[in-house]
Amino acid sequence: MTFTAEEVMTVAAARALVGRTSCFVGIGLPSTAANLARRLHAPDLVLVYESGAIGAKPARLPLSIGDGELAETADAVVSVPEIFNYWLQPGRIDVGFLSAAQLDRFGNLNTTVVGGDYRHPQTRLPGAGGAPEIAAACREVILIVRQSRRTFVERVDFVTSVGFGAGPGDRERLGLHGRGPGLVITDLGVLEPDPTSCELTLTRLHPGVDLAAVTAATGWRLAVAPELGVTPEPTADELAVLRDLVERSSR
Amino acid sequence: MAELVGLAEGIAALVHDGDTIALEGFTHLIPVAAGQEIIRQGRRDLTLARMTPDIVYDQMIGAGCARRLVFAWGGNPGVGSLHRLRDAVEHGWPAPLELEEHSHAGMANRYAAGASGLPFAVLRGYTGTDLVRHTTTLSTVTCPFTGEVLAAVPALNPDVAVIHAQRADRRGNVQLWGITGVQKEAVLAAKRSLVTVEEVVDALDRRPGAIVLPWWVVTAIAVTPGGARPSYAQGYYDRDNRYYRDWDAISRDRDSFTGWLDRHVVGVR
Repeated sequence: MTFTAEEVMTVAAARALVGRTSCFVGIGLPSTAANLARRLHAPDLVLVYESGAIGAKPARLPLSIGDGELAETADAVVSVPEIFNYWLQPGRIDVGFLSAAQLDRFGNLNTTVVGGDYRHPQTRLPGAGGAPEIAAACREVILIVRQSRRTFVERVDFVTSVGFGAGPGDRERLGLHGRGPGLVITDLGVLEPDPTSCELTLTRLHPGVDLAAVTAATGWRLAVAPELGVTPEPTADELAVLRDLVERSSR
Repeated sequence: MAELVGLAEGIAALVHDGDTIALEGFTHLIPVAAGQEIIRQGRRDLTLARMTPDIVYDQMIGAGCARRLVFAWGGNPGVGSLHRLRDAVEHGWPAPLELEEHSHAGMANRYAAGASGLPFAVLRGYTGTDLVRHTTTLSTVTCPFTGEVLAAVPALNPDVAVIHAQRADRRGNVQLWGITGVQKEAVLAAKRSLVTVEEVVDALDRRPGAIVLPWWVVTAIAVTPGGARPSYAQGYYDRDNRYYRDWDAISRDRDSFTGWLDRHVVGVR
């Protein structure tokens, strides 16, 4: 069966949610993967949206994080101050699922400005939203980012959300309670932080992708695991469910 | 004391040039009609506060109503950028826009402090981010009990909060349900408030999960059916996703935006 790089990425991200209880879901790629996971690999996964929907079970992918279907299908709907203060802040949520416009080798994220300076940016991005506290407080963070030299940069232009800061010990020093990025899933492969250096290290290639393509799409000298794995191809079932989900949502 | 007014009358009475106003709504129940009435009345130099500025703030910024934006996430949800917001920040059109930038957790707590009558709120947040270097309304406080250093953000007390709700009763008690965001905190934090509603009913029926803003904390109510379109009002109408997608092309270009504004907002009564 043929599949696109985008589909492998989404399926790989959905598989990463197996065995988790709860996931704080950002909009876009994370939402697609989290909803696919709930349909396939992790039927009991509790999807938490920052709009206040806890345990949302949408039949279609929401266009926004506050779509009506999220509230209608949720176990509970709480106010926005409550979702951040009572649910996210104490570290109750297993996985924070985020994306970004830029990411560096320590998994720090930028969704604020690109180019120029902060007051006079070349490109003004939407901003932080819930990401800084999701990245800080969830027990673990999974990042899903399309990989290119534009997104995988030596230095992010603005640290919107902290991964491992400048390296080992920074999260503890900053008082960030969660473990930080555990996985970065791209359209080319999977990166994981080195247990000692915290540097993101390529541990898996997606099927059909060669290493040279990944290093070419990375804006720093990419660390590569000695034994590089390969992501198992998406199954027919995974692809069928994903395509159905996307198709239904575009109507 | 919850006076029933027309929308134009309510905006004229409550929203003044130079005010800090918060049109709140988290995707759901966004007070779009009220925002467009503010454009029609030509308000200027407003400080616009909102957790998630979306297309109605894009329209207000493009129309030249705003001097400053206090926010956490400014985008077209699920679609992309707000092009009028970007044009104002990147090129100063139609006027430069000052930014006071926070996170969602920070903004939510700023409103909660405002509603609580406290000078500031405390949270675990922002640590290690570059927001700390650029946002002056961001500091730290040391817990007197544990010594932990925590983020501190000042209370946000808008001059006016504007929200949309499903219903009010004749007395002026306001009821909203579904995703209720930070609207209760915004109204309680504000000096004045205007609530647009889908309808006024004789008596509010009890609804699980609904919040009620009692009549004596709301300044004015304007019956404005469809006032949250193209966002949605749970129980009344769905979100018009096509409008959000179409907004991307309309707003990308100054001329197409200005033409749209003339046809759909300024020229409409």
